[in-house]
This record gives sequence, C-alpha cells and structure tokens, in this order.
Amino acid sequence: MIHPSTSVRPEPEARNGPLAVDVSNLRKEFFRRDGRRWLLPRRRRVPALKGVTFTIERGECVAILGQNGSGKSTLVRLLSTLLLHDGGTARIFGHDAFAESRAVRRLVNRVSVEASFFKKMSADENLGYAARFYGMTPGETGRKLPEILKRVGFPAGRSREPMEALSRGMQQKVALARALLTSPILLLLDEPTTGLDPRSKHEVQQFIREMREQHDSTILLCTHDLAEAESLADRVGILDRGELLCLEPVDELKARYGAGTLEEAFFAATGKSIEDEEDDEEDRDRKELA
Amino acid sequence: MRGAAATLRHELIGLSGVVERNAYLVKRYAWWELAFFLWTVANTLTIVFIAKGVEASGVDIDVERLTTQLLIGAVIWAYLGIIFEILTETVAWERWEGTIEYTFMAPLSRPVHLIGMGLFAIAYGVLRASALFGVVAVFFGLDMPKADFVTAMVLLAIASVSFIGIGMMTAVLPLISPEKGTQLGFIAQGLMLVVSGVYYDVSVLPTWMEWISKISPATYALRGIRDAINNGAGIGDVWGDIWPLIVIGIASIPLGLWVFGRGERYAKQHGKLKRSG
Repeated sequence: MIHPSTSVRPEPEARNGPLAVDVSNLRKEFFRRDGRRWLLPRRRRVPALKGVTFTIERGECVAILGQNGSGKSTLVRLLSTLLLHDGGTARIFGHDAFAESRAVRRLVNRVSVEASFFKKMSADENLGYAARFYGMTPGETGRKLPEILKRVGFPAGRSREPMEALSRGMQQKVALARALLTSPILLLLDEPTTGLDPRSKHEVQQFIREMREQHDSTILLCTHDLAEAESLADRVGILDRGELLCLEPVDELKARYGAGTLEEAFFAATGKSIEDEEDDEEDRDRKELA
Repeated sequence: MRGAAATLRHELIGLSGVVERNAYLVKRYAWWELAFFLWTVANTLTIVFIAKGVEASGVDIDVERLTTQLLIGAVIWAYLGIIFEILTETVAWERWEGTIEYTFMAPLSRPVHLIGMGLFAIAYGVLRASALFGVVAVFFGLDMPKADFVTAMVLLAIASVSFIGIGMMTAVLPLISPEKGTQLGFIAQGLMLVVSGVYYDVSVLPTWMEWISKISPATYALRGIRDAINNGAGIGDVWGDIWPLIVIGIASIPLGLWVFGRGERYAKQHGKLKRSG
C-alpha cells in the first residue's frame, strides 16, 4: 500500500500559509441493516472511508478517481461539512472541518453531478437567494451576476426562465455560476460533467481551467472520467473501497503501475475497470434504515 | 466590535435571503397557493356549518357565537398548519428539490436560517388566515359587533413565537426520518390542537388531556382570541392568556433550536443530510 501523505506533504517552511486541504487518517462508517434479531433490525458498521490521508497545496488541482461507491462523494461531503467523521482529521486552510465548520463553509463551494435548484424558480432567483446566504446584498449580486453568467456561457436572456425549462448543460452552468458567485478558494467538484453532452462538458472543463488560472482556486475534482482527470489535474489519486491507493502526477502514477494509460494504471491498482459499480454504502444505509 | 457588526450584517443579509427564497416560491407556485386556499375555505365551511346544523336539529343555542367559535378554531388550525408546513419544509422541500446540501453547507447560522423561515411563515400565515377569516365571516354574514381584532392579533403574534419554537422541533422530523418525518409533523400539529380545545372548551377533555393542554400555547391563543372576538376583551382582560404564552415562547425557541441542532448532528452522523432522502 502506498501512503499518499508521505510523498506529497511538502515541508512546512516551503509553503506560504496553511495547506488548502490537509486530511489525515480520515474515517467514515455507515450503519447497514443486516437482517433481524427477533423483531429488531440488526445493524453492522460498514466503512466508507478507511483512514484516508492526503494534502492539497493552495492553487493545486487534484483529481480523485474511483468507481461509483468507492467513497468519492463521502469524501466531498465530509469536506463540505455535510457529514461528521468517525476518526482522523480534515483541515481546510488551517480550519478544522468538523469543529470550525462555519469558517470552512465561507471558504468552500461545490458543484455536484446534479445541478440542484428549485426547479420552478429562475436562474436569477436561485442565484439571488444563494448569494444572500453568503452575505451578498441584492445590489452586489445584481452587479456581479450578469458578468458571471456571461463567463460560464449562460445566455443572458434566459436567466428569468424557470430552471425546469433549461437543458441539463445549461443547469450545470448555473451551478458553476452559483459556485463562482461566492468566490470560493476551495472548489469541490463531484463529477461535474457526468451526463453532459460533449460541448457542455468541454465548456465546463474550460471553466475549471479558468477558475484555477484567474482565481487562484484550489480544486478537488472527484470523477470517473479518466481523460478529464488527466487533462485538468496536477495530481491524480485512486480511491478504491474507501482506501486512497495513490496520489501523484499522472506520469508517475502510470510509471508506478507500469501502465501506458491512466485506464491501465487504474486497472492495475484496483483490479477493476472504472466503469464497474459498487454499492454506495451511504445510499444503501439510507434506503435500509428509512 | 467591527467584527461583530460585520457578522450581524452577514446574518441579516442571510435572513433576508431565506425570506426572499420563500417569497419566490409562493410567487412561482401562485396557482397552487390559490388552490390550497380554496380547499381551506371549503374545509372551513364544512366545519362552520356544524353550528347551523345544530340549530336546525332543534337545540337552543346562540348560533352566531357557535359559528364564530368554530370559525376561530378552523382559522387557527389553518394558521398553525401554514407555520408547521413552512418550517417542516426547511428540510422536506429542500430535500425534494435537491438543494438541501447547498443550503446546509452555506455559511448561514442555523438559528438565523430557522428564524428566517419562521418570520416568513408568520407573515404568510397571517395573510392567509386573515383572508380565510374574512371570506368565511362574509359568507355567514357574521356581525361580531364586540370584536377586538387588535387584541386578537396581539395574541396571535405572541403565540406565534411558541408555534415557531415547536415548529422547529417538528422540522427536525424529516431530517431524522426522510420518508415519514413530514407526516409525523402533521400528527404533532393535530395532537396539539386536539388538547388545546380547537373547537370546544378544554373543560370537556378528560382530566389527563386537560393537564397537557396547560403546556400547549394553542390553548391560551384559542381562549384569548375567542374572548377578544366574542366578548370584546382587551389586552388587560386576556393577560391571563398572554403571560403563559410569553413564558412558553421564551422556552420554546431555545428548545426548538437545541432539538433541531441535535437532529442535524444525527443526520450528519448517519448521512441523511442529502438530496432524495
């Protein structure tokens, strides 16, 4: 087993300020119903993350590859303060993600596979109230919003239409605008291009590059799109069944596994194709306990 | 000092965002709102007609007084329904739309979030309840010559603080049980009104229910509002109903926030703070 922290954690004196993300031995478990004992449901703990350790430098883009159910979303949700951990630590720009969650929330935003908006409300309305949650007045939002929508390639004339009238690609652009509006210094991207048509996918990827170049944003990209990871990330990690097997630049990762492509490296590391699916423990837990 | 002012400003802007979002939703679902209002009017009429039915059966009663009593009960039921529904939607609607994760990861304190939902619920609930009262009163040609509406509104305003505190407690139910939580909230609302004498005096209840009625803010709200509208009682006359409402209100908001906080922590521990429940 390769321990990602040993090779990627820079010397403190070489850095300017705290690490963007500093995760150490992070663990998360969910309960899973496992039959019944008498009339009562019997539950057992199922690990979703098993002692994950890694760091991300400010301004860096790190991609985590993994199959569905490998623990990628659990990792993003832990760093987003939407889950509590069962062990280990996670610090975002020096703030404890669990003990100082409000400080962390000011620094982080997220784009996930689902755009997630109130469908009857327009882009303007959805972004307007969301901006207020981050302390932006209607005046500030009104000045900033048209420029941001333009930058993500969203047609200005459609910002008053209900979200349900927009294509999936358009909705994802509004999701990017929502993330950009709050000027996050850490952007968590959880399969942001899954299900998009090639053109929308290209535009979203272009936008991610722009976020890095022009806004000095740190990006954690969780994906099962190998080409996307290779083209966007400085370093790529492989998460398998809750374990981070490696995290390094693509060339080093290929060399480590003696692979010609990232796909081959992934197969060599996990023994599986990235398209294979595993049960998501979190989803399974939810369905069974409901 | 400057830091505290900036935090306060941030929270107030966030609070306005909660109210703004709910106003957008009412605007976008305007036809649904109208349909629900008409349904509430029809439902209220079926209840208030009971007074006419009792009179027609030969019982000697003050039909105007009974009609007003039933109308007040139905309006308070509708008002409480709106308060609980909006607060429960803090979780349930957001989960349905998929926005729950974005709202709960925003740097908005939970008390401000919940109080924003509560303030909108009061404003919208007062509008809807007033419209309902007016429509049904006109339908039955109720005169209400002695009614002191100012006192009635003061009682409703004070009671609303307690209703919001209790609503915060029921709002946690969909967080803990995504599939059944909303329905459990409706059950809590119904039980509260049953023990509070929604259409009758609490003295008709079994003794054990009468005891429970003493800790329900709806008991004092219903009794005081009936007194204000039927007998023209002023603020001083209903003080006996106002002070318990103040005491319950002071206790219920911190308790509601604490219960919601525990529920949010449980949801974060068990992975329930996510879309689709």
